Amino acid sequence: MHRRLFLSATSGLVAAALAATLAATPAAAQSRKETLVVLVENGPNSMDIHGVGTSFRSYVAAWNMYDRLVTFGRKTLPDGTLSYDSSKIEPELAESFIMAEDGKSITFKLRRDATFHDGSPVTAHDVKWSYDRAVSVGGFPTFQMKAGSLEKPEQFVVVDDYTFRVDLPKKDKLSLPDMAVVVPAIFNSKLAKQHATEKDPWAMEWMKTNDAGSGAFKLEKWTPGQETVLTRFEGWKGGKASNVKRVILREVPSAGNRRALMERGDADISVDMPQKDSSEIVAEGGSGKYTVVGVPIENSLKYIGLVTTMKPFDNPKVRQAVAYAVPYEQIYKSAIYGRGIPMCCSDATGPKDASWPQPFPYKTDLEKAKKLLAEAGYADGFETTISIDLGDATASEPEAILLQEALGKIGIKATIEKIPGANFRSAMLQKNRPIHIASFGGWLNYPDYFFFWGYHGQNAVFNTMSYQNPAMDKLIDTARYEHDPAKYKAEVMKFIQLAMDDAPRIPLYQQILDVGMQKNIKGYTYWFHRQLDFRTIEKM
Amino acid sequence: MTATLRHIRYVLTENPITLFAFALFGFIILCGIFGPWLAPYDPLATNAAMALQPPSSAHWFGTDALGRDIFSRVLVATRLDLGIAFASVLLTFAIGALAGIAAGFFGGWTDRIVGRTADTIMAFPLFVLAMGIVAALGNSVGNIVLATAIINTPLYARVARAEANVRRNAGFVEAARLSGNSEARILLLQILPNILPILMVQCSLTMGYAILNAAGLSFIGLGIAPPTPEWGILVAEGAAFMISGEWWVALFPGLALMVAVFCFNLLGDGLRDIVDPRRRT
Amino acid sequence: MLGLIGKRILSAIPSVIGVLVVTFVLTRALPGDPAAFFAGPAATKEAIEEIRRSLGLDKSLPEQFIVYLKDLVQGDLGNSVATGQPVLTEIVTRLPASLELTLLGLIVSVLIAVPLGVMAATRPGSLIDHTCRVVTTAGVSLPAFFTGLLLVYVLYYQLGIAPAPLGRLDIFYSTPTRVTGFYLIDTLLEGDLETFRAAAAQLILPVVTLAVFTLAPLARMTRAAMLEVLASDFVRTARAAGLPRRKIIYTYAFRNAMLPVITTLGMVFSFLLGANVLVEKVFSWPGIGTFAIEALIASDYAPIQGFVLTMALMYVALNLAIDILYIVIDPRVGFEA
Repeated sequence: MHRRLFLSATSGLVAAALAATLAATPAAAQSRKETLVVLVENGPNSMDIHGVGTSFRSYVAAWNMYDRLVTFGRKTLPDGTLSYDSSKIEPELAESFIMAEDGKSITFKLRRDATFHDGSPVTAHDVKWSYDRAVSVGGFPTFQMKAGSLEKPEQFVVVDDYTFRVDLPKKDKLSLPDMAVVVPAIFNSKLAKQHATEKDPWAMEWMKTNDAGSGAFKLEKWTPGQETVLTRFEGWKGGKASNVKRVILREVPSAGNRRALMERGDADISVDMPQKDSSEIVAEGGSGKYTVVGVPIENSLKYIGLVTTMKPFDNPKVRQAVAYAVPYEQIYKSAIYGRGIPMCCSDATGPKDASWPQPFPYKTDLEKAKKLLAEAGYADGFETTISIDLGDATASEPEAILLQEALGKIGIKATIEKIPGANFRSAMLQKNRPIHIASFGGWLNYPDYFFFWGYHGQNAVFNTMSYQNPAMDKLIDTARYEHDPAKYKAEVMKFIQLAMDDAPRIPLYQQILDVGMQKNIKGYTYWFHRQLDFRTIEKM
Repeated sequence: MTATLRHIRYVLTENPITLFAFALFGFIILCGIFGPWLAPYDPLATNAAMALQPPSSAHWFGTDALGRDIFSRVLVATRLDLGIAFASVLLTFAIGALAGIAAGFFGGWTDRIVGRTADTIMAFPLFVLAMGIVAALGNSVGNIVLATAIINTPLYARVARAEANVRRNAGFVEAARLSGNSEARILLLQILPNILPILMVQCSLTMGYAILNAAGLSFIGLGIAPPTPEWGILVAEGAAFMISGEWWVALFPGLALMVAVFCFNLLGDGLRDIVDPRRRT
Repeated sequence: MLGLIGKRILSAIPSVIGVLVVTFVLTRALPGDPAAFFAGPAATKEAIEEIRRSLGLDKSLPEQFIVYLKDLVQGDLGNSVATGQPVLTEIVTRLPASLELTLLGLIVSVLIAVPLGVMAATRPGSLIDHTCRVVTTAGVSLPAFFTGLLLVYVLYYQLGIAPAPLGRLDIFYSTPTRVTGFYLIDTLLEGDLETFRAAAAQLILPVVTLAVFTLAPLARMTRAAMLEVLASDFVRTARAAGLPRRKIIYTYAFRNAMLPVITTLGMVFSFLLGANVLVEKVFSWPGIGTFAIEALIASDYAPIQGFVLTMALMYVALNLAIDILYIVIDPRVGFEA
């Protein structure tokens, strides 16, 4: 008797709970229309773009909450997608800007109607404070500023309340573009100073979790690890306001759950799409429940790196042998489901033009690979390790498995090492992972910018192959400050040629940034920082 | 001896589930031993043309994203998974049982040290401790075995301690002591064999837990290096394909995993019936 | 009785210290260099050194340990470098989420497992007994993350009955004012039944996942304890005295059999907390489990230490609670001590 009671009690409980679910209907159907729900794998870890350890996931907050003096223009790509235009610089908080004849200073006139989220006006003092902060706090922001020859507070001059001047040591084509990236955001200095302390003059602690911007969206709520909620700033003067009133950035670590949420229409945009999902939706040709917009990521490569200071990869023949052994076709098909621009199999032996990235003249040819290995004295092969980033395992793991299998066919026995995402960079910094699969992309879309980080003998962390070649360094350094277009082109082609011949880095493909969105979402724009710009997104 | 045999026969006939568990155990062991020869395909060979095929007569469990035969992978993985389970249980047994017996038998400081160490380990959420150990030492088979062994040790130590404590002044121990045996000798030759059966029950139960533990580690990316097939990794890999409709990639390895753990758990119960009729559960 | 409890608390101190030391050593043994990670992509060697100094990682290990203990005494668990928040804040905000889930899992599991165990014990060897054993064992044989994924796939994606696996509340409900941090309680305190229902709906799948995983040990223990008690002298006496069977089972036997079951609860709870880590990941649950996984993978020391310390304290507290419960249920325990 009693056990029946127990049973019916428990089953009744479960049934009641399920019934409760069925009956539950979201109360706020109206606000749903004006709210944009965005799914990300991981969210921001700081609201301060200058903060120590601010991850790239945080750029989305900084980009939408803050304005910069200038920004990039926009263009429409051949497939109709909107994209930023790296060749056009437009004023944002500035009204106009003039570069001096000798290129050694730039003067900005600020808009007079712009205000911060607390209503106070944006002045040249705020701009100076923000630039001073970026070059003083050290770490990534300071480094990024340096890339455009912006190094010392003395360079930043307040001419009057609405006029600001930047002095440059020498003419630098990257200075202006570097002021349009995420780092030189303009902070509300009066507000920040209220929260500065003697130990913390730049209010780093406070800024981590608070908003001191003038951008189109302001911070409503941030729960680290869960969600970031932004609301439209009605006082924004920088352009046409979006019809989205609120943006909820929700962190959903499981890719399967993100897909399910999109298919069931519970979310509007999904940012971190696995290649398989996006290829399936693209294949549906718009007949599916939602769509995917894919844009090749400029100036970026997924590649196989070979550490040139470690035997036997110090021998270019061994590196070329690996380049001929890579199963490119299989990788495009099985690892990334066609969501990438192939960078192999060029018919020419050298660069076709000065564009970057471009296909390398290697294709899968095991006979040639074996011959090269034999010439290098490794006819019997050798043992080595392939290292991949666990955080990027969805694509990198099948790539590594396919590479491992192919290398086995030319006698190279490789084991696969998966390195947890956070430790991958320090592993790369050690430059002792003989074969590694990694990716690198430069914010500023210039080949010499990519090469400066990725191939230069200064041996930055992105030169994961520890490749050092004086001839290469000389070409890169000259191209960096070359103002004659014809000469620049020749120099670029020369260093690309060198990269092809020496093969320390074997390009696999140019990655595609896929963003899934419901069919009523319009105005998505691709940006170099790969994050969403909510200012142009409209919900129909 | 015949009484024991009779008892075993009684338990097996009286409890068909235990009989079934023993049969299943035999089957799994056979798969572990002969798996690599029985597998119809090379478990590592990729085939881009055959990627993500649903189950068919050619591929009983279908194929995965790289076109590898899932049936072969599941079959071949048996040996590794059993290996991990056996090795970790053996290690736990060696450390936990000896420490526990010593604690129970000698009491005093030995007991206190063993007790405190066990308490310390138990105060961690066990899976998190395993994660920490594997993350710190690196994700190799050896370290997964070690981590699993460490988190299970306190269980053994406690059981062994309790049992040894009961027996420390038992008649047969006294007899051995009187006939001039050293304490260490008594410990190893009298007490250990005497409580062995009870510990064997524990072994069978932890075996299943060891497999689950390895699978959990794989799920968060701390498992064995690819492309080696292991049930947990196969499930974790397959999980990504579930929503897109390729259910077989995760389901079959998941079933294999479940059946094995299920078998060890039932076996543990059955063994307990045989060893200790009083505590039959 | 207070003295007894005090003694019990004191006896837990050595293991808490043990936990502190082990965690400290373990976190420092993690591969990777937090300084290099947080210095950002384009950092120079000097920049990394600078960050290392600011994180205090240039000091020797014993020194770092002493600094850690000093901060701990002042209630400072350090900052999570990954989320930029003080660890204490993170844990205080996330702990209720994990506890609500784990405790509900445990309650549901007890509600199902104990009746099952009793049923099995009253009819050993029957079909019910075998079914109970097979079903519970099958539950514990499934990896918790697999059960979770399966439930999401079938109940949310295919059938659309369950709500989206998006953490504690559907996006469009606002979180209740924080009193206990338990949404089910806080919503009731506010009298907001709508939100209560939404929070309950989010809980169903993860709670079922956890409960399925813990049925077996509880059912098994209940059955064993019941069998033992039913075979004991006092039950036999009661039976001989002609007391009704129901009264014997549910009043005398059941009450006595609960003692070992309660002891098992402690172990099951620790077991659940471990499984919780994986379940939280599957359901995007904002608890301390997900927090710990991410910190572990980022070699983010402070959160891991904070997490483990919290867990250890909780475990100690739980065992204490069980001991007290024991005294309440069985007064003999108190007298003996």
